[in-house]
Amino acid sequence: MEDIKILSARFGKIKPDSVEEYINAGGYEGLKKAVTMQQEEIIEEMKKSNLYGRGGAAYPTGIKWEQAYAVKKDPKYLVCNADEGEPGTFKDKRILAEDPLLLIEGMTIGAYIMGAKEGYIYIRGEYSAIQRIVKSAIENAKKAGYLGTNILGKGFDFDLHVVSGAGAYVCGENTALVESLEGKQGRPRQKPPYVKNCGLFQMPTILNNVETYSCIPCIVNVGGERYSSFGTEFSGGTKLLCLSGNVVNRGVYEIPYGLTIREIIYNLGGGVKDGKKLKFVHLGGSSGSCLPESLLDTRICYDDLKKNGLSLGSGAVLVVDDSNCVVDYLKAVMEFFEEESCGKCTPCREGNQRLLELLEKLSQGRGTLADIEKMKSIAQTMKMTSFCGLGQSAPTALVTLLKYFENEFIEHTAGKCANGKCSMNSKGVN
Amino acid sequence: MGTSVCNCKSEKFKQLELIIAEHKDQPGSLIPVMHEAQELFGYLPLEVQTVIAEGLDVPLADVYGVATFYSKFTLQAKGQYQINVCLGTACYVKGAQLIIEKVADMLKIKVGETSQDGLFSLDATRCIGACGLAPVMTVNEKVYGQLTVDKVEKIMKEYLDTVGRDKNANA
Repeated sequence: MEDIKILSARFGKIKPDSVEEYINAGGYEGLKKAVTMQQEEIIEEMKKSNLYGRGGAAYPTGIKWEQAYAVKKDPKYLVCNADEGEPGTFKDKRILAEDPLLLIEGMTIGAYIMGAKEGYIYIRGEYSAIQRIVKSAIENAKKAGYLGTNILGKGFDFDLHVVSGAGAYVCGENTALVESLEGKQGRPRQKPPYVKNCGLFQMPTILNNVETYSCIPCIVNVGGERYSSFGTEFSGGTKLLCLSGNVVNRGVYEIPYGLTIREIIYNLGGGVKDGKKLKFVHLGGSSGSCLPESLLDTRICYDDLKKNGLSLGSGAVLVVDDSNCVVDYLKAVMEFFEEESCGKCTPCREGNQRLLELLEKLSQGRGTLADIEKMKSIAQTMKMTSFCGLGQSAPTALVTLLKYFENEFIEHTAGKCANGKCSMNSKGVN
Repeated sequence: MGTSVCNCKSEKFKQLELIIAEHKDQPGSLIPVMHEAQELFGYLPLEVQTVIAEGLDVPLADVYGVATFYSKFTLQAKGQYQINVCLGTACYVKGAQLIIEKVADMLKIKVGETSQDGLFSLDATRCIGACGLAPVMTVNEKVYGQLTVDKVEKIMKEYLDTVGRDKNANA
């Protein structure tokens, strides 16, 4: 396994907000090169890099930027989604806390391309200590001439602001995030228009995840083709994965695309904890799919995952061992979505509540086979008719667990929880 | 006692006016102002929301809407020690449910409540991005990781002892 560190190379090795230490460790080479290039040239390199959005939606970033570049309207805004709220995800936190200048450099290159004068980093409220680090890094970059007015003497200006989220999962959705930046409740907007045409303050907005922006300095520096070659044919570069749950070595790992899920859990993660057996892996956060042991040899790259009906999402790899019960686990997942649904559209607002009620019934031994069918039907409706990605993806864990562990659900209708996690017979326990 | 509370309250409202003045002309200033107001007062009672609404010239309904939409804003005063136990899935599979039950049991309050003496409040939170340390809880800004029921009992005992001592010191 080739050990390539692009995003995590400086983690723990430099003072996070020090421009000097960042430069000594190879920082700002991307920006220095970018300002000698034509905007279209940089976008071309990004397209060659096969960089896909790292926040979860996996849209090709080069194409997104090409479209945004083509929009003729001023001013344009650059926004960074650092509202890392997907359960089991803690990768952006590492970048923000340990190498924030990498993100700032990526955004500054973006500003150079788009001609944006102002940018916003929307960081979740729970990361208040990290917000201070990022603010300090911004100030230091300004003092050193890498941000602010007349950057690198090239006559372009760019200023960055840190905005604190206030605890709403739905604000990870692009248009909801923009609403929140405008000081409103974070409910998603109708699309189209897309934020690239009509985003923050109704102006063209380029919005990407922390990790996506952080890939850009390297792409400019080494070139798109070289960057792409770190990964697989169609999934360029490296990815930060967040390994958590019942696994020995939990943490953030930078991997080249192409490793299998098994290699990640057993080679990097040291296997399942306490000699227990792996039951399933929840991939991509709570909105992602659950996969059984038999799919562990799937490679981490967009094509192979898609073939198996999976998606990488935010890069969360949550290992669940065989002492856990699927119904009980799902209840925890659905409680989260029920709480976080913004209430704007009916399928999501009602669907999550009903699914949770049915799961509670099952966990109390009151569920029936008809309830399982009802769950499938509700899940399908939510997936097809919810207004935004939250509602569309909320039942994914349920659908996939039903696919691979339907027997366990059926056992619950007969009043049996093999793992002893569900209260059964005792009513109203929550 | 009564008058000193009054003075300190009006002092806080003066500070709130300053915060509002500082942000007034910035686009999207409502949420940043509410963050600072909550830090100042500890929560966002109706009178604070009213001052913000008038100061920023936005409808009170919008302020109330934002205050109730986001989980970080609270309309009720929280305890001096705000205890948040993460019930994100990564913590959940590591036994977070037992942790929160233990804390509730020791504090004799339910999840979502504040103790009558105003010292402790207990909430279940969504994933706080400390999954590598699961299960975790926070007491104000301090993070406690890799918890077990025994460990959390010890930690909570220390807090209970501390406030017990404080009470004696005041008496």
